Formats: sequence, C-alpha cells, structure tokens
Amino acid sequence: MEQKWVVFSLGSNTYGIDVQSVRSIERVQPVTRVPNAPAHVKGVINLRGVVTPVIDLRLRLGYEAVEPTDETRILIASLHQGDAGFIVDRANEVVESEDVRIEPIPESSRDMLSAHLTAIAKGEDKLFSLLDANALFEEQHAE
Amino acid sequence: MDVNEYLGLFLDESQEHIQSVNTQLLKLEQTGSQEAIQEIFRSAHTLKGMSATMGYESVANLTHEMESALDLVRAGKKESNQLLLDTMFSAMEQIEAMIADIETGGNGANVDVKETVVAFQSFIGSTSKAVEAVEEAIFTADLYTDSVITQAKETGFEAFQLHVKLSDAVVLKAARAYMVFDRLQELGEVVRTVPETEAIEQEQFDLSFDVLFVTQESADAITHAVTQVSEVEHVQVTSYTSAAASAPEVAVSAESVAVAEVKPKAVETDEPKEQAAPQAKTIRVNLERIDRLMNLFEEFIIDRGRLERLADEVGQPELNETVEKIKRGTNELQSLVLTLRMMPIEQVFNRFPRMVRSVAKDIHKKVQLDISGAETELDRTVIDEIGDPLVHLIRNAIDHGIELPEVRVAAGKPEQGRLALRAYHGGNRVFIEIEDDGAGINVDKVRSKALERGVITSEEATGMTDNEIAMLIFAPGFSTADVVTDLSGRGVGLDVVKNKIESLGGVVTLETVVGQGTKFQVSLPLTLSIISAMLVQVGEETYAVPLSSILETTLLDEADILTAHRERVFDFRGQLVPLVYLKEMFAIETEAKTQFPVVVVRKGNKLVGVVVNELIGQQEIVMKPLGTYLEGIPAISGATILGDGRVALIVDSNDLF
Repeated sequence: MEQKWVVFSLGSNTYGIDVQSVRSIERVQPVTRVPNAPAHVKGVINLRGVVTPVIDLRLRLGYEAVEPTDETRILIASLHQGDAGFIVDRANEVVESEDVRIEPIPESSRDMLSAHLTAIAKGEDKLFSLLDANALFEEQHAE
Repeated sequence: MDVNEYLGLFLDESQEHIQSVNTQLLKLEQTGSQEAIQEIFRSAHTLKGMSATMGYESVANLTHEMESALDLVRAGKKESNQLLLDTMFSAMEQIEAMIADIETGGNGANVDVKETVVAFQSFIGSTSKAVEAVEEAIFTADLYTDSVITQAKETGFEAFQLHVKLSDAVVLKAARAYMVFDRLQELGEVVRTVPETEAIEQEQFDLSFDVLFVTQESADAITHAVTQVSEVEHVQVTSYTSAAASAPEVAVSAESVAVAEVKPKAVETDEPKEQAAPQAKTIRVNLERIDRLMNLFEEFIIDRGRLERLADEVGQPELNETVEKIKRGTNELQSLVLTLRMMPIEQVFNRFPRMVRSVAKDIHKKVQLDISGAETELDRTVIDEIGDPLVHLIRNAIDHGIELPEVRVAAGKPEQGRLALRAYHGGNRVFIEIEDDGAGINVDKVRSKALERGVITSEEATGMTDNEIAMLIFAPGFSTADVVTDLSGRGVGLDVVKNKIESLGGVVTLETVVGQGTKFQVSLPLTLSIISAMLVQVGEETYAVPLSSILETTLLDEADILTAHRERVFDFRGQLVPLVYLKEMFAIETEAKTQFPVVVVRKGNKLVGVVVNELIGQQEIVMKPLGTYLEGIPAISGATILGDGRVALIVDSNDLF
C-alpha cells in the first residue's frame, strides 16, 4: 500500500511519522508553560483558537534539550486523544514508500525507545526510524 | 446505499421515536387513550421501517412483534392489558439498548429479547416462526462468550449447548439444577446459562434451563452424566457455533445536534389541547461545525480587542465609530452563537418517567414524578454529561429517600411518594432540583458513619451544621446504604456524582428535614465557555482567576504576614487567612517583593489569600479545555487565549485549599 512519511531530524538522527497523522507543520511560537506538567511537556500553544499541548520530542526520546533555531518546527499530529505538537530540530521532507524498504527494528538495537518505533525505513540515501506518535503520547499519559 | 451516511440520522430519529413511544406508553397506562395507541403504533412502524432499511434486523424484528400486537388493539380485536404495557416498556428498553449498541459500532444483536418476543406472541395468540428462530439462538452472541469459546476451541475443547428439562414432579428445582452444574463442572466449564445462574439458584425458572458448556468430553458422555441426576427428565446436547462471527462493523458517524430555529412566540391559549404541539422548524447541524464556528468567532473577538486598542491609540473619530459598531454587532453575534449550542433539558428529563416507574416497581415503592421546566435550555455539552449524575440522584432518592408504602402510611403520609424534578434559570446559571417527600437524611447516622470511616474527625463534626453533615454523603468513600442494593449501592458513590457535576463547573447542595424529605440542588453554568476572570501576573507568566471564586483583592505588606502553625497567614477583617504563593505553587522564577497584591478566594466558607505579583485587571475570557493529555494538572482548570494571542492558564482555586 502506498504510504508517506514526514521525515524530521533530532540532532543526527532521523525519524519518520505517518503523513496521515500530521495535520500541519508550524514555526516556533510562544509556548505557555504548564506548571507541574511532565518535563518533556513544553507547554501549550494557541493553534488557530485551539489550545494544543506541545511536547519536546528531544526530551521525550531522551536527548538533550537545545535552544530553538530558525529550523526548529512543531509537527502538529492528530492523535487519538486530540491534537498535539511535537518540537523537532528540522522537518526534512516527505518520503514515499516506493522509495524505501521497510525493515524490522534490528534485535540488537532494541531499547526503551523501541516501544515507540515500528520499523526502519531504508532507501538509497535515506535511513530513518518510523515513529508511532500515538504510543509516544499515550504511554506517557498512563504514567 | 451508503449506510454510514445515514447512521447519524437513523440514531437521532430512533431516539426521538423511542422517546415518543415512552411518553405515549405512560399516557396509555394512565388514561387508556386510543390516541396514544395510534401514536405508539406509528412510531413502532417507523422504527421498524427505518431499522429494516438500515439492515438492523434485531430492531426490526422486535418492533414488528410490537406493531402486530398493537394492530390488534388498534382494530379493537384485543384489549390492551397491564402485561402488554409492561412488555412494551421492556421492549422499548431493549430497543434503546440495541440503538446504543449500534451507536458504538455494534449491530444491536446483543440484546436478549426472547422473553419479550414470547410475551408479544402470546398476546397475539400465535406462535409463529419468529419464536422458533429465537429459540434456536438462545445464546445470543456477546464478545465475552465468543472469546471464551474461541479460546476453548483453540485448546481442543468443544462447545455444546444443553437443554435440560426436569420432571414435572420435581420438588427442589434449584437443588437439581445445582447437581447438574456440579456434574458438568467435573467434565468441563459452564460458560453461560439461560436464565442466569443466580436466577436458577433462586428457582426463577420453569422446568427447563439452557447451558453453554465447553468440554473435551463427547456429547454422549455429557448426556450420560446429566441424566444420572435424578428427576432430570430429558437433556438435549447440541454442538454450539458462535453466531456473531460475521457481525458487520459499523462506523459511528459524527455526533449531530439539532439546532432550534428561533420560532415566533406561540400564542398561549388556555384550552388544554391534547394534540401534539406544533413542531419547531429545525435543521440538524453537525456539532463539529458549531464548534468550528465558535473557535473562529473567538479568534474574531480577540482581534476585535486588538482593533479597539489600536483605534484608541489612533484617536480618529470615524475609526472609533466603526469599531464601536463592530463591537455592538459582535456582542449580538456572540449571544447568538452561544445559543446555537443550547438545547432544552427535556432531552435528559424525558427518560426519567420510565426510569422512575421501573425503579419504583423493582423495589415495591409507589412514586409519582412531577417534572417542571423541561424547556429550560442548557449547553449541549452539559446536556450530554448531566444525564448520569441525575440518574444517580434520582435512583438515590427513590431507593433511600422515599419509604415503602406501608412505612409511609404508618407515618401518616400518602401511600404514594412524590418526586419533583425541576429545572429553571437563575442569573447566569441553570438550577436543577430533585426533591422527594421521603424520610430525609438521618444526620446522626451520617455523622457516626463519617466518623467511623474517618471522613471527618470528631472536632470537625462538632462545628458542623446538620446540612453540612448531610453533605458528607458526597464525600469519597462514604455510602449510606446499610444493605448494598442493586440500585444505588453499585459501588459508585455519590462522590462520583459530585465530581462529575463539578467538572461541568457546577455545584451540588442539599437540604434535608427528617421525616419530610430531601432536596438536592444542582446549579450549572449556562454556558461553559465564557466567564469573567481576574488576570494576574507572576514573573513573566499570566494566569486567570475566575471571578466567581474571588471575594476581593487587597494589598499586603511583607510586615503584615504572620505565622501560625508554621503556616503563613494574614489578618483579613479579623480572620486569620492562610496565604498561598502562586510563584511557589507553580515554580515561577520572580524577584521577592515587599508589597504585593493578594487575591482572596473562597471555597464554601473557607478563605485563602493568593499572593501574586501584579493584578492586570478583570476581563471576560473564553474557557478552553487543556485536552485529555494535560488533564489532572493540579490547580489548573483550563486555558484561555489572551488579546495578544498567547495562552493563559486558568487557576482552579478549589485546589488551593
């Protein structure tokens, strides 16, 4: 089946998220901090009149926090629990499934993150991990 | 036909017809009106047609039986009787359950209608194919049964359906049935029984019962084992296959909301006409569209604020005039947009007469329900959510409030208890009252139970008024029922009711007089979305405190702060009031000040002073939810969008106490 992913970077790592679940890609905008929320929750933003939670994907996936740059983007994903934004270092491109091969996550690299990863996509000059946005969101909610 | 497209319409219309049948049934029961029979017949007929078109055979079949029975009454061939009425009431309950199932993606086949169909059939006086069909499908499929059987089959077990008939001369039916189960348990596992095991144990069955059974033994072995039990006349063992293997999946369409067009005020006539009231012209609009309209409109309001500020700065008279016009126009638009989401509470109230009737019947009480103010309008979201808490309060009133008829007579009260359900507007709130003329709440009993369960301490108890003590029935972990009945004592306490009401921005209170009755009052905000708030600043951050919880604001010097029990307090009109620092509560970085504003908020008769850095001012704000992900953040109840487009959080002052 034809599938597309929005591919983005966190430092030197690239990830892909199903284009179907991405509502829009926003530039960085003022975020209102929510006190006593989990550390990776950056806060909430006003997204065309809807108050939307924003998650720092770096912190969520265990990377170090960085200051936003011109390239920093907020991926607005439509999830089971409503819309949410994920802060990423850079939104790169949209990749179609015909350009890549989907492979399972190698056994050796399974770690705590792999719960959110569904597969690895490999292309001629591409390599990225497929991320399950709902899992990222829900599991944390359960904590 | 694309079924999904029509599903929303089907669901809505079904609800309307169910509602209408229920209303007419009650009327029929009270007055025996021919008109009511016609109305019920028409609705049943429409329901049948709609459900058949949509492919929901279960609904169509049941309504068909009902229609046939009514047709005889309508034609004067049979007299309506109490049994038929009861059957029709339970049929409507079952149809409602089917519709609910369809709404959540099922096909309505999970409802057991065997008894109802048989009752209709016996009224009609013929046993047609329908009964046989029902007879075959004794074990209507449900997910639980299916999964058990699938699992059993995977592990080499077989599923059998047993029809056991006891001899006519049997003395201890329940004991024999128990022995049959005992034998069966040795050979395998009993999945389900018809009637249910509990009913069988209480001898609530005729001479036969049915068992769904998984085992590794053969059918012969089962037959042999069961016939060993004396007084078993006959056992029929057949292999069982799940019926629901191919139940179609139905997606649930977006929720729709009926929008009432503003209708010209009807001329009131004194003639009590029994005819149907003229229908208001309505169109159905998807709730999502209205929400989108609201969001866009709120954005617009924010821009209007910006425009006003700019016009002020520019100071050009024509510009000011135009802005003023826009302001007036948008104000009107605002109240109109808000009413779009409003619906009469009738929708919730309508289901109560039947519920009260059946609950009262179940526990042998006599209750008359009086409803007033059903036309009172409320926000659709509140309408959707308020049903369950009200059901709980009403059940509670019938179960614990109203006494048994003989008790009432002994107390010199009329045999029939009265339950009043009222709704009315007051200020910008809607009040719903549930008042019974029952026994009232036994305050002493509540007090001792609250002490026993550690809900309050004995010092606290001494200072409390009777009504305050009575309110403890809403405290978590409190239940007044000595015996847990099926009705109110289902493990869900009244605290859940209170929480639900509070989550809607509501308040529940009660008044009770021993021997005279209890009144519960629920007050709800008219609209959820717009409230007056005080904007405050702490460091770089802005928060909104709802005005409804603010007593007043005051300025405090560092030197005025006292310490009592290691708690910071200040003297507020001769009363020591504890201080809460928002900067500490919310971990905000800000410099210390020697003089600062304090917002005094109240909860009941308790006060707390909230220390902030600056008061920005009072403003109408549009309340927005934080979403499920951030639910449960302490002391934050929502968010709002400020004039500059930034989000400010709304402080839930209830959490500061």
